[in-house]
Amino acid sequence: MSLLITIMAGILFAAGVYCLLRRNMTKLIIGIILLSQAANLLVFTMGGIRAHQPVFADSETGTVAAGHADPVPQALVLTAIVIGFGLMVFTITLLMRAHAVLKSDDVNEFNHTDALP
Amino acid sequence: MLPFILIFLLIGSIVPVLLKDKSNFMGRGLVILPALASFVCLCIAGGEVLSSGQSLIWTREWVPSFGLTIGLHLNGLALLMGLLITGIGTLIVTYALGYMGGKSGTMRLCSLLYLFMFAMTGIVLSNHLIILFIFWELTSVSSYLLIGFDHEKASARRSALQALVVTGLGGLALLAGLILLNQMTGTWMLSDLLTGDYQVAGHPLYTGCLILVLLGAFTKSAQFPFHFWLPNAMAAPTPVSAYLHSATMVKAGVFLLLVMQPVLGGTSEWSHSLMIAGGVTISIALVYGLRQADLKKILAATTLAVLGILTFLIGIDTKYSILAALVFLLGHALYKATLFMTAGAVDHSTGTRDIRLLGQLKKTMPLTTPAALLAAFSMMGLPLFFGFLGKEYVYKSVVGGSWLTIAVLLIGNATMMVLAARAGVIPYFRKSIGDLPKKPHEMGLLMTAGPLLLATLGLVIGCFPGLVGPLISFAYTGIVAGAEPYTLSLWHGVNLPLILSLVTFALGFTLMKVLRPAAAGKKVNESTFADTVYEHVFKFVLMVARWSTQSLQTGRLRSYVIIILVSSCGLILWKLVRFGGWPTFEGIGQLNPFITILLVAMTIATLFAVLSKSRLTAVVSLGVVGYGVSMIYAKYSAPDLAITQVLVETLTVVLFAWVVRRLPRYRKLSTGFERFMDTGLALIMGGVMTVLMLKSQGLLFGPKISDKLTQMSYPEGHGANVVNVILVDFRALDTFGEVCVLAIAALGVWALVDKVTTKGK
Amino acid sequence: MDSVILRTATRFLYPLLILLSLVVLYRGHNLPGGGFIGGLIAASAVMLRALAVGWDEIKASRILKPIALMQYGLIIACVSSLIGLAVNNVLFQAVWLPTWYLPVIGKLKLGTPIVFDIGVYMVVLGFALLCAKSLDSNNN
Repeated sequence: MSLLITIMAGILFAAGVYCLLRRNMTKLIIGIILLSQAANLLVFTMGGIRAHQPVFADSETGTVAAGHADPVPQALVLTAIVIGFGLMVFTITLLMRAHAVLKSDDVNEFNHTDALP
Repeated sequence: MLPFILIFLLIGSIVPVLLKDKSNFMGRGLVILPALASFVCLCIAGGEVLSSGQSLIWTREWVPSFGLTIGLHLNGLALLMGLLITGIGTLIVTYALGYMGGKSGTMRLCSLLYLFMFAMTGIVLSNHLIILFIFWELTSVSSYLLIGFDHEKASARRSALQALVVTGLGGLALLAGLILLNQMTGTWMLSDLLTGDYQVAGHPLYTGCLILVLLGAFTKSAQFPFHFWLPNAMAAPTPVSAYLHSATMVKAGVFLLLVMQPVLGGTSEWSHSLMIAGGVTISIALVYGLRQADLKKILAATTLAVLGILTFLIGIDTKYSILAALVFLLGHALYKATLFMTAGAVDHSTGTRDIRLLGQLKKTMPLTTPAALLAAFSMMGLPLFFGFLGKEYVYKSVVGGSWLTIAVLLIGNATMMVLAARAGVIPYFRKSIGDLPKKPHEMGLLMTAGPLLLATLGLVIGCFPGLVGPLISFAYTGIVAGAEPYTLSLWHGVNLPLILSLVTFALGFTLMKVLRPAAAGKKVNESTFADTVYEHVFKFVLMVARWSTQSLQTGRLRSYVIIILVSSCGLILWKLVRFGGWPTFEGIGQLNPFITILLVAMTIATLFAVLSKSRLTAVVSLGVVGYGVSMIYAKYSAPDLAITQVLVETLTVVLFAWVVRRLPRYRKLSTGFERFMDTGLALIMGGVMTVLMLKSQGLLFGPKISDKLTQMSYPEGHGANVVNVILVDFRALDTFGEVCVLAIAALGVWALVDKVTTKGK
Repeated sequence: MDSVILRTATRFLYPLLILLSLVVLYRGHNLPGGGFIGGLIAASAVMLRALAVGWDEIKASRILKPIALMQYGLIIACVSSLIGLAVNNVLFQAVWLPTWYLPVIGKLKLGTPIVFDIGVYMVVLGFALLCAKSLDSNNN
């Protein structure tokens, strides 16, 4: 089943890259969001995925049933989601600020820190 | 005992910073004290070493996991060099205090001199090769700072940078050479290398190692073809020239050759490279020196020549030639430091260093004159001076060798006599005198004590060589395998070396009559051919750097992304096409209807997010994609991820929708062709990523860390939720870092928005 | 946005959501949840309240100061790591208290990882609040 999810991640990568190549800054933000989703999926599927087998220890014996999912990619992705959120908010503010100063939405013109004359 | 020698010097580099430039007697004393303490320390340790006949070794773990230890050792050569460095260093610091005379920067100069002294002493004392390299580079850096001391002058900055580039690159070559040496011998310890018997000559790495080590030594000791930086380094204040660029730092290369000679020496490659480099350096230096009129440039040229002679002697590679090199090295350090210091005094007193103007200074400078005269005599190698002894041993070591060797040294020594006369005799005794910028006067005790002391020392140990005999002999037996202790003596009877000495005098005095310095007022060409070559190479490198920067750093995001994508995808695709290894497509048959529908919906939403003309539609589509991803997490056993993703997605959509109305409407900014190209590139990138992911899923790792963490979770982490236990316990440091990133991002947002708007109001 | 229904609903929902976030924070060690999720739920709750009654009331609150929340969150996380250093000589080594049995809650197991999670919770909450507040003030 992971094949389809992998292809989905590939589509997200392609879409993200396409947006990153655009000159519009809103597209840039969309691209970054899509790329981070794709990257999360990449890490998530890396260890091999299993349906309906979350890693929880039995509270009596303390052992985990065999065939459980891989917890390490999950832990990595969990922090990545939150960090991705932080990055996104920061990017949005940065671009909004740049837009307010430079009065342009074209990232090619984001080469200066002051407004163009 | 050994670490204290270095610790005192480190203290010495801090003390001046704490004092004012215009310090009183006490302050000056405090500045000189650490060097003196270090010298005394070394003397005590040296006494111990000499009386026991065993070298001292001190070792302390530094980074045990890398096998890195701070090892110091004190053998004969280290003692000889160390005494020169700290002893002359003490006098130089004293001299520098007088030379700067409380001008601004006095204490900065002293501090830097101490930093250099620390590094240089570190080189000779270090036992571990890597530590030696670190100190080696530290001398390059401190030399850079010292040459560029007058940083307002463009020429000083250029010379400093040139010295740094040349010696720094040489240092890197040395590092590689030392690593190769370790590969061949299996030891990092210099004490092992000097005592052990290593057969490296036939090793396949030998030639490479030799070249790299020689590059290090030749750049440092300014041997051909790297000789050009030394004359330029005369831009430094005179105390620096006297100390770094004659007595000590440039000797680091010679020191390296001396300690490497037991291991790397003994082959024809070694001898030939050293003798050729040394011989060429001698000739270039003397021709250059004869053309110069500046006192310091003349002295720099003779320093180059002496370094050439030392390299030449080590290249001859007999027991006797090493002994001669040691004697010559000691003699040179004594007289050359003196001559530089007197040149500085003359410069200070008259305002010029042009020998065509100077004359008659013996009347006005009664203390500097005898110092300069004694040093010049020693340099000429007149009998009773230590220089005579040095020259005697040099001739002794080549007697019986080829006539070319003897001729090179004979002419070299004779020309040195001419230059010695120009530097140490003419300015004081010439009858005529030019227009001096300032009225000459004698310098204070700070600037005359050092030269007088060193010059007298040259005479005393010249008359009584027994005073330094044991030291030289111990250094000699320490680095030459199977050498017998040797007693220096003044008189060897009438033999060939003595006759050669006499011939040298005759030739030297004749040359003095024949060769005259250029006429006063004429412009002297102070740069060398190699310097011009360096200039062109340097400019060329800068040009390439500028060109590559300009062609790569366009300032356009699109081109950066394209460069990164094309190169990374290209490399991966090339690897796959060339070597195969395409992933297998398994499991395409079993389609889960829920997931299939979900993915189709997500794909449509992705297309909307990318292509929609409406910004709000794009934001909502992004939300759909995010919720879809969270459903994938939920389906595939990651409830924590699913919950987090839903919450984050909600916040993202809310925030994005909040600001999206402030974002401008889409404009058409790129051409249809660009869009077409980008679509292709994006699809290739997506395809490559898919292939990579499929490949990574097919990999079978060894025993997984996940299994261990899962097993430990409940018994040791006291938590049933393995993912969370990993986050807050097993890998808590990572999580802490991530939380810090969040806080920093928040501060960034706050600074960008909140601060700016409140300031604006 | 001024809606009576939203305002009334928020009055009940807000404390409930905050309580929920704290429960999720605590139970995260054994069931889905933890500092990240708890913090995000709390942030959603605060934003809901902000939507209902406006940011001014949130700004007036003494607890919901984003920078202070992040600051103390980081300090708490740091302290929890230093406890491990002090007791076991290893940074971030978990230290657990003996299990307590309380009447209502049942088995209570306290240790530095939970303290660390509280720190994470506070930083995430502070972060989300600061971002929302900044973007909001940028908007007006």
